Amino acid sequence: MPLLSVNNLEVVFPLRTGLVTAIKDVSFDLEQGERIGIVGESGAGKSVSAFAILNLISKPGYLAAGSILFNGRDLASLGEEEMRQIRGNEISMIFQDPMMTLNPVLTIGTQMEETILAHKNMSRQEARKISVAKLKAVQIPSTETRLTQYPHELSGGMRQRVVIAIALLSDPAIIIADEPTTALDVTIQAEILELLLNLCNDFDVGLILITHDLGVVSEVTQRILVMYAGRIIEQGPTHQVIARPMHPYTQGLLGALPEKTRPGQRLNQIPGVMPTLQEIPAGCPFHNRCNQIQAVCKVDLPILGGTGSRAVACHFPLNR
Amino acid sequence: MQQPQPNILLSVKKLNKEFNVSGGLLDQLSFQHGKLIRKKQSVKAINGISLDIVKGEALCLVGESGCGKTTVGRTIMGLLPPSKGTVHYRGQRIDNLNRSQLLPYRKHMQMIFQNPYASLNPRKTVATTLLEPVRFHFPEMSQAQQRQKVEQVMESVGVNANWGPRFPHEFSGGQRQRISIARALMVDPEFIVADEPISALDVSIQAQVLNLLMQAREDRGLTYLFITHDLSVVEHFGTRVAVMYLGRICELGITAEVFSSPRHPYTQALLSAIPKLGQSNLGRKSKHIKLKGEVPTPINLPSGCVFHDRCPHANQRCSNEIPELNNTSNGVQIACHAVEENRI
Ligand SMILES: Nc1ncnc2c1ncn2[C@@H]1O[C@H](COP(=O)(O)OP(=O)(O)O)[C@@H](O)[C@H]1O
Ligand SMILES: Nc1ncnc2c1ncn2[C@@H]1O[C@H](COP(=O)(O)OP(=O)(O)O)[C@@H](O)[C@H]1O
Ligand code: SF4
Ligand code: SF4
Ligand SMILES: [Mg+2]
Ligand SMILES: [Mg+2]
Repeated sequence: MPLLSVNNLEVVFPLRTGLVTAIKDVSFDLEQGERIGIVGESGAGKSVSAFAILNLISKPGYLAAGSILFNGRDLASLGEEEMRQIRGNEISMIFQDPMMTLNPVLTIGTQMEETILAHKNMSRQEARKISVAKLKAVQIPSTETRLTQYPHELSGGMRQRVVIAIALLSDPAIIIADEPTTALDVTIQAEILELLLNLCNDFDVGLILITHDLGVVSEVTQRILVMYAGRIIEQGPTHQVIARPMHPYTQGLLGALPEKTRPGQRLNQIPGVMPTLQEIPAGCPFHNRCNQIQAVCKVDLPILGGTGSRAVACHFPLNR
Repeated sequence: MQQPQPNILLSVKKLNKEFNVSGGLLDQLSFQHGKLIRKKQSVKAINGISLDIVKGEALCLVGESGCGKTTVGRTIMGLLPPSKGTVHYRGQRIDNLNRSQLLPYRKHMQMIFQNPYASLNPRKTVATTLLEPVRFHFPEMSQAQQRQKVEQVMESVGVNANWGPRFPHEFSGGQRQRISIARALMVDPEFIVADEPISALDVSIQAQVLNLLMQAREDRGLTYLFITHDLSVVEHFGTRVAVMYLGRICELGITAEVFSSPRHPYTQALLSAIPKLGQSNLGRKSKHIKLKGEVPTPINLPSGCVFHDRCPHANQRCSNEIPELNNTSNGVQIACHAVEENRI
């Protein structure tokens, strides 16, 4: 049985103009210690999918359908208090902006200790010891000084390390990281990604890494989910999908990267833009940008399916 | 007076820019050892940048945030006065000109910004925004000709000319960036400073806009200073690249040379950190070069080489003496004592 099994998630937002469906039929499994990546352009539904797992969808949005089986329990049926126990404990979340996690008016030490004490029954000294150990695990130098500092006294990269340390405090089974390095410079990004990768390996922690950067997923994850207009349109082992994409959109995204074309030549481009939620076309949501389109694509929605470790939602998949 | 060289469009010499961040007089005063002292603080945003931009090239300026890329671009464009140093355009000194003296150069030099949301006036229709520079710089044209020019340029950047009456918020991010490119192209410039023009866009849209910029370069013989932090874009788009760290250029040369054999220790670290498709640079057997510590603040610059306290090859000389950009055998210019001494 997988550690986490997400089935047919659907999230809707009631807007003044009516209900809009942000994600639909989102299903995937995560095995213990597995690292998966969710990729796609902005608005594809990556963050909403992650938030749905932790019951963090911003109001008035809500989970309209689906189940989230974790350790045999359906998280979708839990109340807020039970969910809070799961959140800072068994599943941790890291956001693009470290200040989503950090409280600007508390020292690093205070917030780490209080996070521990909220979930565990122990003394402040013991909590401090754990905090120091976790700061060391994320390779923060001069840990004792850090504990007395406020978030604004740290650089962006250092703040994100602290956030990872906080995410590790409860020895979680899963970390969900939503664009954790998007705001960071490339040298700092490399350090943070390497840190996440090594920590997940060492402690057998599962990782759901959300990013728009295909290079980042390729470096860190074993399996990849590609989202488009609120749906998963392709999934499979990361390196297979990157080497032999089956969905025309995945192929288009990969093909548009500058490294796929000789310097100075025109890049391959996907025409048009991803539709907004209100204008998703009938049939295949990608059909008005697809170069493989046939008549059926305008009518029938392709369902994610496949054999073995790969799956694709396309009537005429590539690289079969 | 500098001799104009036919191929050099823009020449920057020993450019420095400091920003005073001392605040008001009261903020500057403090007691130290029982004495009232006044301390001024300044950010040394760029420190002695020299480079020539050759007609027709796409020179990329790359480096991590805060290293001074935008300041270089804005100083070149005359949007910021330099603290020291000079900028020449076609041999004419332009850094000491006032607004009205700069106006003729506005027709030749244009800038595109990262954020198309902020750089377009939300209360003006796209057509109005695009007509303004044409009216100003081509007063001899009839109104019909001016409108026709706007329509032509709109179509050339892939924006439907019928959408002129619409407002910026009615367009997607990629379309808005096309419109700001159209605005820059409207006066038929020969030189464009593009500051992170695709950084806010999604991958598939980045490709569209980058293609547009390349097309414009070919069709119009444009010269670019292209500012970006995205190294894969540099490798694709730049004919030459200048790598910056803490307000200085560390390495400057033909892009293919710099990417295939980077020699400055910072360039090496930067290139090794790029996440790659289908191979692993990260993890336990990583090939990525880790740097000590973090970028220091540009308020108190390190002595000698600004990179010395993070550099794996630093020695005593590095902490005392500022390395100058020197030519190396393959024409790449490098500012590093170790390279000069043939230690690396
Ligand atoms: N609070 C909200 N209200 C209305 N729509 C929302 C809200 N949050 C997200 N959405 C919509 O849901 C879709 C998916 O968003 P998101 O998951 O944030 O995308 P991304 O893939 O960039 O993370 C988008 O179209 C977005 O506009
Ligand atoms: N108007 C300003 N006032 C004070 N400091 C500034 C100002 N503009 C830029 N800086 C500082 O100058 C340095 C270089 O900034 P910038 O040129 O924007 O870098 P980049 O574009 O490479 O990210 C940074 O430390 C930045 O904080
Ligand atoms: S279903 Fe049709 S339109 Fe959709 S991706 Fe496949 S070929 Fe293209
Ligand atoms: S001059 Fe010295 S400190 Fe600077 S990059 Fe070269 S070796 Fe390193
Ligand atoms: Mg998101
Ligand atoms: Mg900048």
